[in-house]
Amino acid sequence: MTDLVATNETILVVGGGISGMTAAIEAAECGKDVVLIEKTPALGGRVSQLYKYFPKLCHPVCGLEINLRRLKAQKRLRVLTMAQVTNISGNAGDYSVSIKVSPRYVNENCTACGACAEAVSSEIDDPFQYNMSRTKAVYLPFNMAYPQRYVIDGSIIGTAEADQAKTACQYNAVDLDMSEETLELKAGAVIWATGWKPYDANKIQPYGYDRYANVITSVEFERMMDPYGPTAGKLLRPSDNKEAKNIAFIQCAGSRDRNHLTHCSRICCMASLKQSTYISEQYGDDDDAKSTIYYIDIRAIDRFEDFYKKVQDDPKTHFVKSKVANITEDEKTGDVILHGVDTEGYNRYDNSHDLCVLAVGMTPNANIKEVAADTHTDVSGFIEADEANGAIFGAGCASNALDVNRSVQHATAASLRAIQVVNRVASAEA
Amino acid sequence: MTATNTAVVAKYQNNFLQEVEANVEEGDWVKMCMQCGVCAGSCPLGDAWDHSPQEIFMMIRAGKREEVLTSDSMWMCTSCYNCIVRCPRELPITHIMHGLANYAHRLGIAHKKNPTRRFAKIFWDNVTKNGRANELTLSIRLYFMDGIVSGIKIGLQMVGMGLGMLKTGRLDPMALVMHKGIKDTKGLHAMLKKAYEIEGKRKGYAS
Repeated sequence: MTDLVATNETILVVGGGISGMTAAIEAAECGKDVVLIEKTPALGGRVSQLYKYFPKLCHPVCGLEINLRRLKAQKRLRVLTMAQVTNISGNAGDYSVSIKVSPRYVNENCTACGACAEAVSSEIDDPFQYNMSRTKAVYLPFNMAYPQRYVIDGSIIGTAEADQAKTACQYNAVDLDMSEETLELKAGAVIWATGWKPYDANKIQPYGYDRYANVITSVEFERMMDPYGPTAGKLLRPSDNKEAKNIAFIQCAGSRDRNHLTHCSRICCMASLKQSTYISEQYGDDDDAKSTIYYIDIRAIDRFEDFYKKVQDDPKTHFVKSKVANITEDEKTGDVILHGVDTEGYNRYDNSHDLCVLAVGMTPNANIKEVAADTHTDVSGFIEADEANGAIFGAGCASNALDVNRSVQHATAASLRAIQVVNRVASAEA
Repeated sequence: MTATNTAVVAKYQNNFLQEVEANVEEGDWVKMCMQCGVCAGSCPLGDAWDHSPQEIFMMIRAGKREEVLTSDSMWMCTSCYNCIVRCPRELPITHIMHGLANYAHRLGIAHKKNPTRRFAKIFWDNVTKNGRANELTLSIRLYFMDGIVSGIKIGLQMVGMGLGMLKTGRLDPMALVMHKGIKDTKGLHAMLKKAYEIEGKRKGYAS
C-alpha cells in the first residue's frame, strides 16, 4: 500500500459507487493517473444494492460488471478500499490529502474460497442488506464484490475465532497483525463522489418506523426483491414473515418538508413507481395483490412521464393524492392503518395495508466540510458547483439528489473538469 | 350584509386571496399551501368540520368568499397545534384559522348562533369589563346562553361541582355582586378602544 505513488497530476476520486467508479474510469481512460478510494470493503455502492433500475427495469449487476471490466483494464487506476479521507489541504493543482486505511485483516493472497468464513460462527448485522439480516463476522461483502476478497470484522479480532479463521486459510491470506494506516497523497484535483444515504425514517415520528415492524423504507423493500437478499426474493413482511400483498407506498417521506429535508429527492417517485411493478412480478394475476401510492404530486422527472403512464394503466396500482397524516398499527394482525384526507374530494380515509413502504429522501452521505472546511455546499449539504471550491468537484449524489443515469452524466462532467486541472498542471511543468 | 362587508367586497372585487392576505392574521401564508392534506388528516376534530384547513385554503384561492367566511371550520379549531407541527411548509394553520374566525366576526357575517363565537364574545365582554375574568358571572352567562329553561337545567347539573368549589374556596359567591377588577379600568377601556380604532383604520373597516 505504501508503494502508492501520486503526484499533483493525479486525480483523486473519493467514493467507489456508480459516480466515483465512472469518474475514475473515464479519467483513467483519458490517460490520467487516478486513485479511487472507497470507505467500505468493496466497490459498487448503493447501486449494487438495488434489485432493478428504472426505467428499463434491468438489473444493476450488469452495469456493475461492465464498469468493473473497464476498471480492471486500467493500469493507471489504483483502488484503495476501506479508506477514508481525513483532511484535504492546498489549492487547485496542488492538494495534499490525508487518508486513513482501516485493516481488512485479509491480504492479496485471498482467493475468496470462503474457508475462513466457515471456520467462524460469530455474526454481525449485514450492512449490504441494510441490517435486515446477519452475516458471518468473516465475510465477502456481496457476491460481486470488487476486490473479491474476504473481510474480517474488527469485533472478533483478538478472539479465538480470528485464529480459527487464520488456521482455516490455506493461502496465508489472513493477517491478524494488520493495523490502521495513514497515507499522505498528492493530488491535482479531487472528485468527491461520496453519494447519498436514506433519510433517517425514525425522525418522521407520525409514520412510526421506529414503532411498527411493517413500516419499512424503500431501500429495505428493494433488498427484499433480491434473490440474494434477506428474504431471498420474497416480499415477506417483518412482523410475521407473511407474504405482503396489499402494499402502500408513501411519497415525500422526509423530502419536501421543512421539518425534515427541504429539497425534493427526485428519485423517490420513480422508485415507488418501479417498486409497484414488483408486485405484478411477484404475484402475477393474484387479485389480492395491489399497491397504493400516496403522493402529493408525482414527479416522474424528465422523460419518465411515459413510465408513470404505464404504471397508471396497471389495474394493480392505485393512486391516492394525499400526504398520509399518520400511521397506526392493528395490534392483532400487525397490519398498518394509514390515516389522512385526500385532495381529490377531501375524503377521509383509514386504509389498512399489509406493509407500508416509506419512499425516504436522499441526504448527503458524507459531510465534505469535515475534511475541507471551505467547500461551498447548499442548505441540504450537497456540494455546489462553485469556483471557490477550486479543484474539488462534487460528482453524482454528493452534489445533488440524482438518479443513476444523471449521476453517471454528472460524474463524467466532474471527470472532465478534473482532467482540465491536471492538464494545466502538466503544461505548466513541461 | 353589513356596511363593512359591502365595502370590502367592492374593494377586492373577486380576489378573495388578496383580501385574506391583507386582512386576516397570517393570511399571506395561504398561498404557500401545497395541498398535501396532512393538516386535515392530523386534526383531532377533523370529522366535525364542514371543511378541512387544506380545503379552506383551496376555497380561498378559488374565490369562494361566502362559503369560507360562513363556514364553521375555523370556529372548531381547538388550538392543539398538530397541524402546525406537521405542516411540511410550516404554515401557521392554527393562527390562520383564528384569523379567519376573527375576520368573519368583524365583517358581521359569521354565524350568529355559532357556539364558539358566542362563547368568545361572552368571555371577551366579561374579561374586558374590569380587566379580570369573573368566573362566576362568566359561568352563569354561559349556562343561560340558550335561555332560562336550559340554563336552569345546566345549573342543576353543575350544583355538585359548584358546592365542591365553594367548600374548597375556589368559588367566591360575593363575585355576583362585587368583583375586584384591576386598578385602572378606565385606562384599559381607553386602550382597547384605541387599539380597535387603529386596527380598523389599518384594515379599512368602517368602525
